[in-house]
Amino acid sequence: MIDKNSTTLLSIKNLHASINTTEILSGINLTVKSGEIHAIMGLNGSGKSTLAKVLAGHSAYEVTAGSIEFEGKDLLALPPEERARAGLFLGFQYPIEIPGVANTQFLRLAYNTIQAQRGKDELDPLEFDDFVREKMKLLDMKPDFLDRSVNEGFSGGEKKRNEILQMALLEPKLSILDETDSGLDIDALRIVANGVNQIACKDNAIILVTHYQRLLDYIVPDFVHVMQAGRIVMTGDKKLAIELETRGYDWINADQHLATGVNA
Amino acid sequence: MSNSVTNSNDYLQYLLKSWSAKSASKLTGLNQLRAHAIDSVSTQRLPNKYDEEWRFTDISPLARLTYPPSQQQLRLQFNDIDKFCLQNTNRLVFVDNHYSPDLSNVADSQIQILGNLHSLMSSHASTIESHLGHYAKFDHDIFTALNTAFLHDGALIIVPAETCIAEPIHLLFIASQQEVSSYPRSLVVSGPNSKVTLIEDYVSIDQSPYITNTVTEIRLAAHAQVKHIRVQRDSKQAHHLASCAVSLAGSSQYQSICVSLGARISRYNLEVQLTGENSNCTIDGLTLISGQQLSDTHTSIDHVKPNCTSHQQHKCIVDDTAHAVFNGKIKVRPQAQQTNSSQSSRNLLLSNTAKVDTKPQLEIFADDVKCAHGATVGQLDSEEIFYLESRGLSKTTARNLLTYAFAADVINRIPVTSLKQQLEHIVLNQTQGV
Repeated sequence: MIDKNSTTLLSIKNLHASINTTEILSGINLTVKSGEIHAIMGLNGSGKSTLAKVLAGHSAYEVTAGSIEFEGKDLLALPPEERARAGLFLGFQYPIEIPGVANTQFLRLAYNTIQAQRGKDELDPLEFDDFVREKMKLLDMKPDFLDRSVNEGFSGGEKKRNEILQMALLEPKLSILDETDSGLDIDALRIVANGVNQIACKDNAIILVTHYQRLLDYIVPDFVHVMQAGRIVMTGDKKLAIELETRGYDWINADQHLATGVNA
Repeated sequence: MSNSVTNSNDYLQYLLKSWSAKSASKLTGLNQLRAHAIDSVSTQRLPNKYDEEWRFTDISPLARLTYPPSQQQLRLQFNDIDKFCLQNTNRLVFVDNHYSPDLSNVADSQIQILGNLHSLMSSHASTIESHLGHYAKFDHDIFTALNTAFLHDGALIIVPAETCIAEPIHLLFIASQQEVSSYPRSLVVSGPNSKVTLIEDYVSIDQSPYITNTVTEIRLAAHAQVKHIRVQRDSKQAHHLASCAVSLAGSSQYQSICVSLGARISRYNLEVQLTGENSNCTIDGLTLISGQQLSDTHTSIDHVKPNCTSHQQHKCIVDDTAHAVFNGKIKVRPQAQQTNSSQSSRNLLLSNTAKVDTKPQLEIFADDVKCAHGATVGQLDSEEIFYLESRGLSKTTARNLLTYAFAADVINRIPVTSLKQQLEHIVLNQTQGV
């Protein structure tokens, strides 16, 4: 929801980033306030996932210009784990499998690390078990999720639910969900979206990175941004997503060319 | 070359002289065994890197370590060894290879079948004579020859037929003196349809240099089941040389889990012979080393009879400039049809200077068998580390967790909870310095 009085969580200014000297992001500007839900759409290769990874601090990307502030602090100065502890969460497009580590062990380690950072009590395995089972109900997850190795042998839908479960446990201020809808059938999509909607509140914000309008039927964004060649080329409300769905991304190109023509 | 052989001979002569002749045993068989071994020592030399079996492991520094055999010292108290003890086990403790009844803990019901060689010698003379030295051959193995030549006591487990020993047996070999050599020896004879779990554990009181040269023999009669967990956590300055020979009769089952953590240089030879039909073995190994350690595991699984299975996985985690070696030989003899055998060697290098040599060695002479093997060498995955970091875990914690995950499927097989927890703790703290 948009509220003019809410605080700014994220402020990205003129962000440029490269991988192996190839520039992927070419001047991103984006402001996200608490309570807001933003959708970032765009074709493959437009830089959406790169933006998500740069926000989370992936070391393969080099920021060559611009700034990112998170609650007024310089996010780029922080290593990935400190960004997470500060309240930033990335839901992975392809969650990593970790054979040999039980999901419950991983979830508790992550939860307690974040709790300790916030000066709150850590939970022992028994307490955590009760706590996590309650959260799992949000996502209609079977208890055996806890005993299996992290994401190992999980279906696409199970992996994405596991990501949202982590989001529910860690209670981030800003969540970036990178193509959380990819690989989901319609039932799983509804469950995942429902989970996200229950977590969303006036104190946190969500950036949804997606190809399709479909997800936005369930999670209604306040803003829709379209990325192209490493920049946000258009911003609108949820109607923009519907327009994209019917007219395709080519329409943006045509529109842009037209706009350029008029300006010239 | 000739120089090193001279050194090696000098070294062996020194060892033989330093061994104050023990009074002859009551068992003539044992006296003969020792005499043959002493003869064998004088015909052999220390191996060098030109020997195929030792090409990756340079053992020549040993010739400079003229450590005398350890003498008995009664200085350890229970408090000193408490941290090594495992709950709910029968425990035999050897300090510098001298049996310590005070530190041991054997249930009254087991006292006739579980103890040191000396105390059980008269009651089990024929069993000892028919098994001791029958499986661990020394003609082409200088270290087994030395161990046998210096054999004076050891751990003895005789599981009677149709008997299941519920509590695991913990053989705790403690090194407490520096610059000595000790020669632990163990014999396990598991009767028909019997069941036992054995933990063979090498530890040290401090990080001093010493040499351990140990030999274990295990015989499984028909339908016997033996679980054998071996943990080598010697001092990081020690040399550890070990052989274990296992012989399986028909329909018996042998499970081995071997964890190698300690010693500056260690070498473990495991030789399993499937001598009866329908016997099977699983062998899991984990080597976890850092600093300048070298750990060499040589295994040999010999399928003598048809319809046997063997499954083996060996994992090495190597940090700093350490060096791990794995050589896994699987031999399938012409009559051993319907053999089902698999071997996997997986290796994780935690630094750019860590090194691993892995060598599967299959010798298959039967034509109707299934034998699979594979080897991988890799590093921690940076995407996995990033995933964990993005959940708030520090890089060190992330690396430790992934390292632990790599080791977990070996450690999780250990059926003794208290030991499993000790080892989990060690692995989770392995890369603390990164």
